[in-house]
Amino acid sequence: MSSAAAKKPRPKYLSLSALLFEIRLPAPAWVSGLHRLSGALLFFPFATWLLYLLDTSLASEAGFARVHDQYMRSPLVKLGLLIFVWAYAHHFCAGIRFLLLDLNKGIDLPRARRTSYAVFAVSLLLTLFFGWRLW
Amino acid sequence: MKRIVVGAHYGLGSWLAQRITAVIMALYSVILLVVFMTGRPITYGAWRELFTHGWMRVGTLLFAVSLAWHAWVGVRDILMDYAKHDGLRLALEVMTILVLATYLGWTVQILWR
Repeated sequence: MSSAAAKKPRPKYLSLSALLFEIRLPAPAWVSGLHRLSGALLFFPFATWLLYLLDTSLASEAGFARVHDQYMRSPLVKLGLLIFVWAYAHHFCAGIRFLLLDLNKGIDLPRARRTSYAVFAVSLLLTLFFGWRLW
Repeated sequence: MKRIVVGAHYGLGSWLAQRITAVIMALYSVILLVVFMTGRPITYGAWRELFTHGWMRVGTLLFAVSLAWHAWVGVRDILMDYAKHDGLRLALEVMTILVLATYLGWTVQILWR
């Protein structure tokens, strides 16, 4: 039995394709990985983009009108905002989960799995809600 | 404080800072969300007025400082994991600091115009 396990070909390195197609990662791993990805996206480009929007909308009435009445109406901008909202919501929810894990709350496997699914559910619902308000 | 080059626990300060700044930003986000959800449709006047309040300016600056510190720890973690070449990692870390310093300067410029 142990020799059969030893002969089984295993992916030696966790390449991106291995992570996506060969290995089935548990839900907490996806929460963690997406927390990192969303954090990186918020650092760049979203922080730059939002500062630009804040700057333009506060600079003058014309700038505000340009952002509020024209720019924000573009489907591409709305899609960008939606991705931003998902990234922020996921980073927020997963972050709170990590803070609780640091306090030894919910570290047993069943609860760790349940809270992972809760992170996905809440952040996707928030994104859907925002999308509904935006369109 | 005695510093030893090799050893553990040097990350503890960063780890703690990342968590404290996370809580600050979470509180700011929730407060701002409530302000937006309960407010009337945003006009230029109302938008402008919101950012003239002292608490809003100080709160937003506190958020920006927290974000810079938090993102520095996070991006540095990512770079330490994936950028294995020392020169490349140093260059990317310097770029990260410059970007975060720019964000901070830009925020101050927007808030106190």
